[in-house]
Amino acid sequence: MSQSSSATLQAESEFTLESLFGSPEGRKILTCMQCGMCAGTCPYGDMMEFPPRRIIATLREGDMERVFTSSGLLNCVACYACTAKCPRGIALTEVLLTVVKEQVLLGLEETPVELQKALENTLRYGNPMGESPRRRAAWAKDAGVPVRILPEDPRPTDVLWFVECYGAYHPRGVETSRATAKLFHALKVDFAILGNEEKCAGESARLAGEVGLFDALMEDNMAIFQKYSFERVVTSGAHAYDAFRYQYKDVGFRYPLEHTTLFFSDKLDQLEPLLKKRLDSKVTYHDSCTLGRHNGFYEEPRRLLGAIPGVELVEMCHNRVNSICCGGGGGGMWLDTYYKSKGYERLSERRAKEAIATGADVLACSCPYEISRFEDALKVLGHEEMVVRDVTELLAEAMGG
Amino acid sequence: MDTLVVLKMVPDIVEELTLAADGRGLDRNQARMILNESDDHALEEALLLKERHGGKVTVLALDAPELDEALFAALAKGADRAVKVTGAAEGLGTRQAAAVLGQALEREQGLKPVDLILTGVQAIDDLDGLLAPLLAHLLGLPFLGIVNQVSVDGSARKAIATKECPAGFQARFEVDLPAVLGIQSAEKMPRYVPVGKVRAAMKSRTIELLPAPPAGEAALVAPELLRMKKPEEAGHAEFLEGSLDEVSEKLCEILSDRGLM
Repeated sequence: MSQSSSATLQAESEFTLESLFGSPEGRKILTCMQCGMCAGTCPYGDMMEFPPRRIIATLREGDMERVFTSSGLLNCVACYACTAKCPRGIALTEVLLTVVKEQVLLGLEETPVELQKALENTLRYGNPMGESPRRRAAWAKDAGVPVRILPEDPRPTDVLWFVECYGAYHPRGVETSRATAKLFHALKVDFAILGNEEKCAGESARLAGEVGLFDALMEDNMAIFQKYSFERVVTSGAHAYDAFRYQYKDVGFRYPLEHTTLFFSDKLDQLEPLLKKRLDSKVTYHDSCTLGRHNGFYEEPRRLLGAIPGVELVEMCHNRVNSICCGGGGGGMWLDTYYKSKGYERLSERRAKEAIATGADVLACSCPYEISRFEDALKVLGHEEMVVRDVTELLAEAMGG
Repeated sequence: MDTLVVLKMVPDIVEELTLAADGRGLDRNQARMILNESDDHALEEALLLKERHGGKVTVLALDAPELDEALFAALAKGADRAVKVTGAAEGLGTRQAAAVLGQALEREQGLKPVDLILTGVQAIDDLDGLLAPLLAHLLGLPFLGIVNQVSVDGSARKAIATKECPAGFQARFEVDLPAVLGIQSAEKMPRYVPVGKVRAAMKSRTIELLPAPPAGEAALVAPELLRMKKPEEAGHAEFLEGSLDEVSEKLCEILSDRGLM
């Protein structure tokens, strides 16, 4: 695409420095002292033409066109590592990178095909896999325990469980959903799901730069929330948690919010007596970027794992705030082929090697993207004796039955 | 270099297809409609030609559910004009659709003259022929199908169309313009258009409405559809195991048992 046409695109999406600096978070960008901590901590920083430090330097020079026409920002997996380490506390991932990535996506000569398909699917079907929205709740039929579907039975509920796309469609995600339903049931939680009315929360689309798609999904989901009566939202999607907490709030999301891992951690007193089966495993926990670095929930999943009889918890060399992204955020779920074509190491493999080095039998996670990514990585690395489990799956297994 | 792209909405096979009560077609209330995939490629090829040679791209389609989204997406991608033919009967066969579109092209000011007419090489619900050759016949224009690349000379009087042939061959044809081309695939994947741009197009652009002209004498009689059925589930494949001789013997037995040998 020529320079002139990308200038037109820029005008159409109304990017201006004024709009970027219109908020206190945006203005904070100007306090950058160019230390380079962001580039140093970024898992793909050495492959990035414009890491956050250089974006800010270029912004100061007033020549953002150079940044917008570089595809290097496709390497950003929105892992919050730069944000967590920035000594000035600049909201790099949420504010700067999102705005820049939106412009990059607009100006791309060719959108990587898997990412494009995922975005088109999310718009049309409400999920990136391109599955039928009419089958979103199909998994619930054989969940093993009753799962109430609000469109079929709209009575008020305590917990509105937002299952999200991977939990609804991905074969491994569905297994996690069944485990979660079993836990809700055992704890006698009054819960229900939105069934086929639920749509992708959209956070990965937003962090890939598709802000318009995110806005459309947010409008749709907010309209659905308003149809039903519930006390709180509990989601299995770590990225959905982020979307609701930081973005949907701006359009009126006022419901008490929890991620399933946090919800069960709060109920550990009730849950612990039910955990009767010994698992006798060495488990290492992978901190997801959103629950961990972005929200600071490091101990809750570890408390849950520690409560399982026979579990020995071991740590990877990078843990908690230093955890390495599985590579699935910010559109990375659909950029593996693109990264491979560039010759990059897959982050899921980099991370799986760290898990193997602990000598653990089980790699535990709490974000639905991670299971398939790590299972694939372990296959590639030829270390299939290690199993990948969501924390809720291990809890359900420890309940026996 | 003005190009007209004819688009068509087809049943989306991501959703389960159900038959109508009379068994003579799909249940249109259950089906969702999506832009025919090769029509999307035809649009992409037209946009590439516009980027190279200038000119205008017009998209034309018979009204159908979810068509507006597809037309606004086409405008957001770079089409200059979107025209929707309204009031034609639902679920027209390809021959009838070609007759209506052909009449619309003859009658509506400004749709012709055009240098190229592009449309997808086929659609999944073509039951009675392909649109591009029918349209070419009605308009008296040359036709080439299964095209995957188009280049045009400076005068826009001739085009070179690359056509996929059996056995992995590619053939290049020179064709006088105007012509109708059935596009198999564009030179690159159809471009992504961000949702924000489609929404902006919905606010700032309009879809022109064109009442369907009577199909007239040009309308060829559509074949009568007697019954539509879902494919029946057949038995599973049988694998013959053993040494080469054993397998050959079993194979001969099966064939002779069934009177085939």
